[in-house]
Amino acid sequence: MRRVVITGAGTISALAHDVKGTLAAFREGRCGIGPLDIRDRDRLSIQIGGQVQGWNPDIHFNRQQIVLYDKFTQFTLLAAREAITQSGLNFDGHLGYDSGVVLGTAAGGVNTWDENYRTVYEEGKNRVHPFVVPKLMNNAAASHVSMEFNLRGPVFTVSTACASSNHAMGQAFHMVRSGMCRAVVTGGSESMLCFGGIKAWEGLRVMSKDACRPFSLTRNGMVQGEGAAIFVFEDYDHAARRGADILAEVVGFAMTSDAGDIVMPSQQGAARAIAGALRDGGLNPEDVGYINAHGTGTAANDRTECAAVADVFGPHADRLMISSTKSMHGHLIGGTGAVELLACIMALRDGVIAPTISYEEPDPECALDVVPNTAREVRVKAVLSNAFAFGGLNAVLALRAAP
Amino acid sequence: MTQTVKARVIEILAEQAGMDVTDIRMEDTLEDLGLDSLGLVESIFAIEEAFDISVPFNANEPGKSEFDISSVAAIIAAVEGLVSRKAA
Repeated sequence: MRRVVITGAGTISALAHDVKGTLAAFREGRCGIGPLDIRDRDRLSIQIGGQVQGWNPDIHFNRQQIVLYDKFTQFTLLAAREAITQSGLNFDGHLGYDSGVVLGTAAGGVNTWDENYRTVYEEGKNRVHPFVVPKLMNNAAASHVSMEFNLRGPVFTVSTACASSNHAMGQAFHMVRSGMCRAVVTGGSESMLCFGGIKAWEGLRVMSKDACRPFSLTRNGMVQGEGAAIFVFEDYDHAARRGADILAEVVGFAMTSDAGDIVMPSQQGAARAIAGALRDGGLNPEDVGYINAHGTGTAANDRTECAAVADVFGPHADRLMISSTKSMHGHLIGGTGAVELLACIMALRDGVIAPTISYEEPDPECALDVVPNTAREVRVKAVLSNAFAFGGLNAVLALRAAP
Repeated sequence: MTQTVKARVIEILAEQAGMDVTDIRMEDTLEDLGLDSLGLVESIFAIEEAFDISVPFNANEPGKSEFDISSVAAIIAAVEGLVSRKAA
């Protein structure tokens, strides 16, 4: 088995258009959630979100690209450029054949669906733009990354709702660990902040109208976000040989299915995934200093997640830190685990634990150290990143500091 | 009008619960009817569509909602309130 390290990271979300700005926001506990600026906002009952600010695709892409790139692809490419530049890898030669792309998204080109449904249903037109299909397909982002960077090995997209990115990164980890690939560009992206995308979520009645307050007794639901985060997962020997700057080591991954309910989470399913990631990573519970929680801010998730953590870690659950950065960037659905992995890297590399902001009042059912409101400087040697999706699909990654 | 609201709400709940309308008792709770969270959200949607009203309900804080779901009678009263406010 090969060791797997992260040698590049890139991102865009409501917090910033790059990793540096995002980590600064995490340190400051800055909130990127605010009033949505989208068409027909007045017809929505949920009018807030973690929307990318100041997005101008013309700066990053030419006209021919823009007509082919849905916003979820645009976000992906921006983040991929940052990650691959940082890694210093060039895939033009042999390496391109030994490297791949595995990305997560729950819904792909939602804005493209939304705009074109308007065209045919609302405006009554009988013709749509010829590129609707290649623009909206869930694998469009992965394919465009492969084309821009000459990645010719395994390239595909994973779609498991809110766990999409973690499942994608877990797959990338396995592909490098097994020796199938030298490097895999991985992570995820989502762009659902449009009228239809939010209207669909409103229906479930789990959204907050004012803020995302994970683990707080006063929490009243989730808030959607948008954006992407992309990483370069690389064979450790390959990275070490070329003297690459290593951000962190990925040591374990586990996935489980609740096989229970299509929306309600299961403590047992979550606990099995957490315990599985520890086992796979050869970690003892006491090794883990920080968990980036799924922490959606719904009544059901936060309660269940805390119970699962308490169950797996026993007395150590009271000593570790667990926070939800969704309080800052919102829930990026299929892209969320990727953006949240940045908080894990920050914990391992910089010794800074991102806080759970908007925290108001302790909930006895979430009685863990949730790092309320203010970031903390603490050295940790291993961390976990949780993702628990609708459909009962759980995916947990385990990371260690760079070797 | 009041009788119509009551009958229609019972019809909606009965359909969700897979029960006959005559088996629904006013004091029944959602649990008695075997309705889970998805069944409740779907019932509220059906009620909104049937009466063209908006039901203020957030699944994260069912207790805090001004829409009382503690029993069939409570739900009917809450819907009657919303329907009469809409008429006013």
